[in-house]
Amino acid sequence: MRRAVIAITAFLGGLVLLLAAPAWADNEALKGTIQNQGKPVSGVKISVTSEDGQPVGQATTGSDGTWNVPVPKSGQYKVTLDQKTLPAGVTLKFKDRGTLSVQVYDGMQRNVLFALSSGSGGGDSGPSAESSYFERVAQLIFEGFNLGLIIALGAMGISLVFGTTGLTNFAHGELLTLGAMVAFLFNVSFGVPLIFAAVISVAVGALFGYAQDRWFWGRLRARGSSLLAMMIISIGLALFMRYLFLFLFGGESKAFLDYNAQPGIQVGPITAAPKNFIAMAIELAVLVLVSMALLKTRTGKAARAISDNPALAASSGINVDRVIRIIWTVGGATAALGGVMLGLAQNVGYQMGFQILLGMFAGVTLGGLGSAFGALVGSIVVGLFTQLSTLVIPTELKFSGSLVVLILVMLIRPQGILGRRERIG
Amino acid sequence: MHAETTSKKAVALAAFEGLPGEPGVPKPDPILVADGVVRRFGGLTAVDVAHLEVQRGSITALIGPNGAGKTTFFNQLTGFDTADAGSWTFNGNSLAGVPAHRVARSGMVRTFQLTKALTKLTVLENMRLGAQDQRGENFFRSLIPSLWRRQEDQITERAEELLERFKLDAKRDDFAGSLSGGQRKLLEMARALMVGPELVMLDEPMAGVNPALTQSLLGHVKGLRDEGMTVLFVEHDMDMVREISDWVVVMAMGNVIAEGPPDKIMSDSRVIDAYLGAHHDAPLSAEEAEEQLQEAEAELEIEEKA
Amino acid sequence: MDWNTIFVTTVKAAIGFETVVYALAAIGLNVQFGYAGLLNFGHAAFLGVAAYGLAVTVSTFHLPFWLGILIGLAATVVLALLLGIPTLRLRADYLAIVTIAAAEIVRNIFRSVAFKDIFGGSDGRQNFSGDFFALNPYGPGQYGIGPITFNERVLWVLTVGWVLVALSCALVYLLMKSPWGRVLKAIREDEDAVRSLGKNVFSYKMQALVLGGLIGCLGGFIFALGQASVQPDLFSTDFTFYAYTIVILGGAARVFSPVVGASIFWVLLVFIGNTLSEAVAAGVIPSSIMTVNQVGAVRFMLVGLGLMLLLIFRPQGIFGDKREIALDAR
Repeated sequence: MRRAVIAITAFLGGLVLLLAAPAWADNEALKGTIQNQGKPVSGVKISVTSEDGQPVGQATTGSDGTWNVPVPKSGQYKVTLDQKTLPAGVTLKFKDRGTLSVQVYDGMQRNVLFALSSGSGGGDSGPSAESSYFERVAQLIFEGFNLGLIIALGAMGISLVFGTTGLTNFAHGELLTLGAMVAFLFNVSFGVPLIFAAVISVAVGALFGYAQDRWFWGRLRARGSSLLAMMIISIGLALFMRYLFLFLFGGESKAFLDYNAQPGIQVGPITAAPKNFIAMAIELAVLVLVSMALLKTRTGKAARAISDNPALAASSGINVDRVIRIIWTVGGATAALGGVMLGLAQNVGYQMGFQILLGMFAGVTLGGLGSAFGALVGSIVVGLFTQLSTLVIPTELKFSGSLVVLILVMLIRPQGILGRRERIG
Repeated sequence: MHAETTSKKAVALAAFEGLPGEPGVPKPDPILVADGVVRRFGGLTAVDVAHLEVQRGSITALIGPNGAGKTTFFNQLTGFDTADAGSWTFNGNSLAGVPAHRVARSGMVRTFQLTKALTKLTVLENMRLGAQDQRGENFFRSLIPSLWRRQEDQITERAEELLERFKLDAKRDDFAGSLSGGQRKLLEMARALMVGPELVMLDEPMAGVNPALTQSLLGHVKGLRDEGMTVLFVEHDMDMVREISDWVVVMAMGNVIAEGPPDKIMSDSRVIDAYLGAHHDAPLSAEEAEEQLQEAEAELEIEEKA
Repeated sequence: MDWNTIFVTTVKAAIGFETVVYALAAIGLNVQFGYAGLLNFGHAAFLGVAAYGLAVTVSTFHLPFWLGILIGLAATVVLALLLGIPTLRLRADYLAIVTIAAAEIVRNIFRSVAFKDIFGGSDGRQNFSGDFFALNPYGPGQYGIGPITFNERVLWVLTVGWVLVALSCALVYLLMKSPWGRVLKAIREDEDAVRSLGKNVFSYKMQALVLGGLIGCLGGFIFALGQASVQPDLFSTDFTFYAYTIVILGGAARVFSPVVGASIFWVLLVFIGNTLSEAVAAGVIPSSIMTVNQVGAVRFMLVGLGLMLLLIFRPQGIFGDKREIALDAR
């Protein structure tokens, strides 16, 4: 019985790792990190076969204990750890779990966990099944926050731009991609440490946001283009940018050089790589900063005034165009940061921004269109719901689940969580 | 024509004879009766009308300072917004909770403060749209023109008569977007008449209208009563209110605070109090009117964006 | 560079299979977006549920072909009702976001491992078009004029496809000439005004959504039958965006413009793709700038660029009247 409990715990642990990693990676693969008491174990041979025993590939863990075997498509695979290659004195915790059968979903890089122990067989005290369910929920909440904060970084920009100009920007996802790509360029191609690459990327994002408004959207507004036309123009821009990224970057998704395979650390019931905690801290700090700026600074107040009533704001002496330009600049910068964080959480790929765009829309809509704080709350709700939904629905459908909730919320509260009803006539 | 105007006016005035100027006073033959209509926006109570009756065959003005809840009250009555509480009947039939299009079909048709001419349809198409019970508006019947052609011809004939009356016949094939502000108001009123209403509810029919057109608009409004229709209108222009209305209802802070004949209401202390401190909207100059129109249009654009 | 090949494939594209599919999709979208002003960004899902309705009925459950068609049509109507009921009373941009979300939900369900037994995962479904090709009156062989030839299977698909396009155009023409079409166009302009004139706006919008979905779903059938297979990723959001490009290219709210738009769109896409491929292969464009693999990306970059330029400089499209277009620069 105890063995079964531990086995379940190990399985759930694996699931947790799987969720901590990529939400939307492009190419299916199996991967993992072999550790013994927190230290990576190198030189361990892992082989992967398809369900009917056809060999698919194999790998040997590196000095960081990681291994990765790409698989051709989604499906059921068998992963075998060659127990002879384990260092002396290290054994599998469960001898019968040297071969695991795992399901790889579309576009997913699946983590596989092998539990090792220094002694011979049999763990000591495993947590009870209930507490492991609780731990799983806690872990999912943690990851939901993580995802929600990344979504919020993008959604904030969408919401502010919508509030001040009325534009529903379908090209905002590509701003995230741009951020990740610039960071990738500096980090991987030029060898700049990721932290500095991220700073450069945020600067480029801000510049691009500014330029976009200065020479593109601002011009269109001045011409009096209708909002509908601008929305469709943003779709064209999104297509153009996405395929430009494909052209320049290629179709595979790639990882940054730094912080790739950090061993997880345990905080309370949550296990995650340290980078996740730091990333969340940065995201939270930036979001708080932007929110404070909205509340306290002149420009922030002006931005909220414009969202409320542009004509009134303009007639009370606010330079609407200047405020909008600042909004675009800030939106570009936070989106770039969101992109870097997304690249860190999964991998960098040309579709990453587009794939999270719907999550951002869901966050913005849930929070009430045009309300920046609503977008923040809404995004975190979307993130939490997306991760927690995996308790009941297959992981591959978790985004569909959150979109279903978006539709349901619209039925019940069309103005969003923090939105207001508007006046007719 | 002139004689008829005076006689209809006399009938309407006779009905109001001797009525006390209290809010919610019962009328001899009310077409519209509202009770306890409440609409709140968050913490703000925009409308809270305890009781109101509108006399059949009269021209009733609804006035009040900005933000008094006049348009919101209109929206409740016509089904464009849902009231938080209250009931109202039109010709004795309850209309509370009835959707806007069914309100219109029952004979209570409204216009909008910011004109809603359908700019990318021609003037004539705008008019035709107003006609009710069109066979060709059914999906399946629309596919067989012979089923609706004759009715369409009748509708066109009626539309052309109305266009002629509103002096828009020369514009019949132009896009409604090419009309001036005042012409759009006229078109909107004419289009509302195509519905065949018993009660016409005009939301600021004079807002943004070139003064040259004001007189003819006034004449058209009086003409509605002379044809036996009832008119309820929201207006800021006190000259107009004085000139054409038979009865005036005053709203402030969402409540009906006074009712009475136009000359009495202008000197009513409650009314003056309500307007005091608030922006007095009495007679606008042409420039002010123009300014208001521009503000209104800017607001409209924003609402469209929102 | 082989100009002859480029010419032949380009002409074939003008009347080819993709043109038919996109023309039907665009005619449906034109009813929703061009005439009624509904921002349906999930049009791909309408084609998807129709194609899968047919494919799954025949290939998974081994039921008759015509029942498959009926189920495809029914699935489209159900999808339209599901999307419309919550959103058609709300502001236009809500419909946009809900429909784009719904399309992704549908696609994810089609490609999910959990429902692989029914929908076939990312491989989709095959083996359902037998009955369709059994109806083919053309004997085996190549048909055509000069170098432009189609085999009997393609010709049969094209025949059925163009007949459907013609019927759909006729239907749209009749509807938009009628008072029904007038109400629809008025709703696009200002639905509150239409409501104040006693029209049930919700009902008309729903009718437009269903009708547009049904016309689009014919495209889904042709798509599935022409390829004799369905895959979930054919019905991605990009499909919807191309359909929008086509509608706007031809000119929204015009009966024939989606057809002409689809034709021009595919001619351009094929011509540019072929020319670039040939140029790269012949070394006219050095491989340091572009490889053959990147041609696809460039094609779609140009679609995006084209969509932007079109809306900025000619929102009424090729045939539209600027005064009649809801997309105008005000």
